[in-house]
Amino acid sequence: MTRIDAKFAALSAAGKKAFVAYVMAGDPDYDTSLEVVKGLPGAGVDIIELGLPFTDPMADGPTIQAAGQRALEGGMTLEKTLALAAAFRETDDTTPIVLMGYYNPIYSRGVDTFLADAKAAGIDGLIIVDLPPEEDDELCIPAQKAGLNFIRLATPTTDDNRLPRVLQNTSGFVYYVSITGITGSAEAQADDVAPDVARIKGGTDLPVVVGFGVKTPETARNIASVADGAVVGSAIVAKIGAGEPVGDVLAFVKTLADGTHAA
Amino acid sequence: MANDLFNSFMTGPDENGRFGLFGGRFVSETLMPLILELEKQYEIAKTDETFWAEMHDLWTHYVGRPSPLYFAERLTDHLGGAKVYMKRDELNHTGAHKINNVLGQIILARRMGKTRIIAETGAGQHGVATATVCAKFGLKCVVYMGAHDVERQAPNVFRMRLLGAQVIPVTSGRGTLKDAMNDALRDWVTNVRDTFYCIGTVAGPHPYPAMVRDFQAIIGKEAKEQMQAAEGRLPDTIIAAIGGGSNAMGLFYPFLDDESVKIIGVEAGGKGVNAKMEHCASLTGGRPGVLHGNRTYLLQDDDGQILEGYSISAGLDYPGIGPEHSWLHDIGRAEYVSITDKEALEAFQLCCTTEGIIPALEPSHALAHVMKIAPELPKDHIICMNLCGRGDKDIFTVAKHLGFDMEEAD
Repeated sequence: MTRIDAKFAALSAAGKKAFVAYVMAGDPDYDTSLEVVKGLPGAGVDIIELGLPFTDPMADGPTIQAAGQRALEGGMTLEKTLALAAAFRETDDTTPIVLMGYYNPIYSRGVDTFLADAKAAGIDGLIIVDLPPEEDDELCIPAQKAGLNFIRLATPTTDDNRLPRVLQNTSGFVYYVSITGITGSAEAQADDVAPDVARIKGGTDLPVVVGFGVKTPETARNIASVADGAVVGSAIVAKIGAGEPVGDVLAFVKTLADGTHAA
Repeated sequence: MANDLFNSFMTGPDENGRFGLFGGRFVSETLMPLILELEKQYEIAKTDETFWAEMHDLWTHYVGRPSPLYFAERLTDHLGGAKVYMKRDELNHTGAHKINNVLGQIILARRMGKTRIIAETGAGQHGVATATVCAKFGLKCVVYMGAHDVERQAPNVFRMRLLGAQVIPVTSGRGTLKDAMNDALRDWVTNVRDTFYCIGTVAGPHPYPAMVRDFQAIIGKEAKEQMQAAEGRLPDTIIAAIGGGSNAMGLFYPFLDDESVKIIGVEAGGKGVNAKMEHCASLTGGRPGVLHGNRTYLLQDDDGQILEGYSISAGLDYPGIGPEHSWLHDIGRAEYVSITDKEALEAFQLCCTTEGIIPALEPSHALAHVMKIAPELPKDHIICMNLCGRGDKDIFTVAKHLGFDMEEAD
C-alpha cells in the first residue's frame, strides 16, 4: 500500500473527497517553492502534484508553461526537484507526492536511476503526460515494479473501446481530464464530467479525480461532488506567478480545499 | 550468394511505429485516439488506387511533377571530379518539396471529413504549401509560426495571408519552430473533432514519420527512373540537406536497398558543431531523447531540457531530426555530416554563378558537401543531390551576410 492508497482509504473512511493541488517545483525559486509545498498539507491539500519543469510542455497552457520557464531559469533540474521532495519528506511522511511532467528529463537521466532516486526521495506516484499505454514498457511497468504508482490520464477522447487499455496498468488513482484542451483553459462542467466519471468507475475500483479547468472553490466543490476528488493547478500557479506572498497563496489553496471538502 | 539473408531497410516502422529504438507514439492520451485513427485511415488510403490517382493527377497538373533531373555541367567542370546531378524540386509549385507531402495529407484529411487544417512552420515553406493546398480545396487553415520567424520571414507570412490562412505568431518558449510545433499540438488537443494536423516533416508521433516519407518518396522514385534514362544506371552517391529530414528521406527511401548507393545527409553546422551549441546538427551534436511524439536524436542539456538550435537557414533550425534518420545513422546505412553557415553561403553563390540557379539555403548545405567531396572523386562517379527549394525567400538573409544593403540598392 502506497501513501496514495492509504490517503484514499482514510478519505473514504471519513466520507471526504480528495483535494489535489499542483505546483511547479522550483517556481519561482527553490526556497519559495519548498515553503509553498511544505504549507500545502496545512492548507487542506490531500495529495501534492509536484510539477517537473520541462522546456516543451505540450499539454500545458500559458500559466504552467511560464511556471516551468521560471523554474528552469532559476536553475531547477530533475535532481533538485527530487531534492525538494526529499526536503518535504523530512517533516511530512504521510502526504502523497505525485511527480507530474514529461518523459525526456527522466529518459535522459536513465529510467532505473530515476526510479531509485524518486523512491528514495519519497515520491509516491508518477503522471507522465507523454507516455500513453502504448509506451508502457518505457516507464509504467518499471515504475510499478519499483513500488511507485503510475497514474494515467483518461480524457474525453478515450472511448469505451480504449478505456480498458488506459485502465489496465494504472494504479493509485485515475486522473480524468475534464476537457479536450490544455491545462488552465475552459471551465470544467460537473454535468459534462459526471457521466464520464461513472463510465470510468465502471471499469475500475480505483478512485477517479478530475482536473483541467478547475479554478474556483465552487467548481472544485461541484466537480468533487461527482468524482472522488478535484485537482487545481493553473489557478494556484497563477498566484505564485503573480508574486503573491506564500501566506496569500496558501490562503487561496485553503479556499479550494474547503470547497472540495464541502462536496 | 547471401541474397536470401538480405534484410530490407525499407520495411520500417514496425507496428509500434518504431525504427529500431527510434520513433514511437509519445503523446498525451487526448491525442492518442486521434493518431490511431489517422494511422488506420492512412493504411486504407495507402493501398487505395483512387487515393494515389488523385495524388498523381495533382502532382502532375498542380505541382508540376516530375521535377527534372538536371546535369549540372558547369558546376561539374568547376569541381573537376564527380558528375553532379540536381533533382530540381525547387521548381515545384510554391518553390520547394514541401507541397509533395501537404497534398497527401490534405487529400487524406478530406477523406476523413476534417474541415480545419493546422500546421507549424519555421522558414514558412511548409506553411505556404499548406495555405496553398487549403486555398485550393476551400479548407480553413491556421499556421503556427514562431514570433521570431514571423519577423525574419515576412514575405512568407504575407504569402500565407494572401492565400487566406490565419498565421498565429507563437510567443511561448522562445518563439521558434519547436515552440510553433508545441502550440500546434496544443491546438490539436483542444480542437480534436474537426481538425487535422498537417506536420511538415518526417517527425512527430507515428504514423507521421512514415506517412510524410511515403509522400516525399516521389522524389527518389523519379530520380531513380530519370537516372536510368540519363546514365543507364544508379547514382553512386545521393546527398540531401536535413532539418527534420523530409526532403532527404524522400530522396533516400527508394535507394535504401540499393547497396551500391552511398547515402549522405547534411545537417546544419551553424557556426560550428561545438560545445556552444550554435548549430542544428542533432545527429552529430545531440543524443537520443523524446520530444514531439517521437524518440530521436535531440539537442539537449544534461538535464534533458531541449536546446534551441542555430542555423543561418530557418528551415533547418530544429533541435530534432526524423526518427528514421536516427535509425539509419545508428545502423550505418546512411552517413551524416555537417556544413557550416559559411560553407553553405559559398555553395549558394557558386550555384548562382555557375548554374544560374538561386538555391534555398537548405539545399546549399547539401551542395556545400558536394563541393567538398566531388573534386576527389573520379569523373565516372555520379552524385545526385536534392535541390529541394529555391532561394527567393533567402535573398534578404544572404544580402545581410554578404554585406549588401538592399535598401540602398533600391
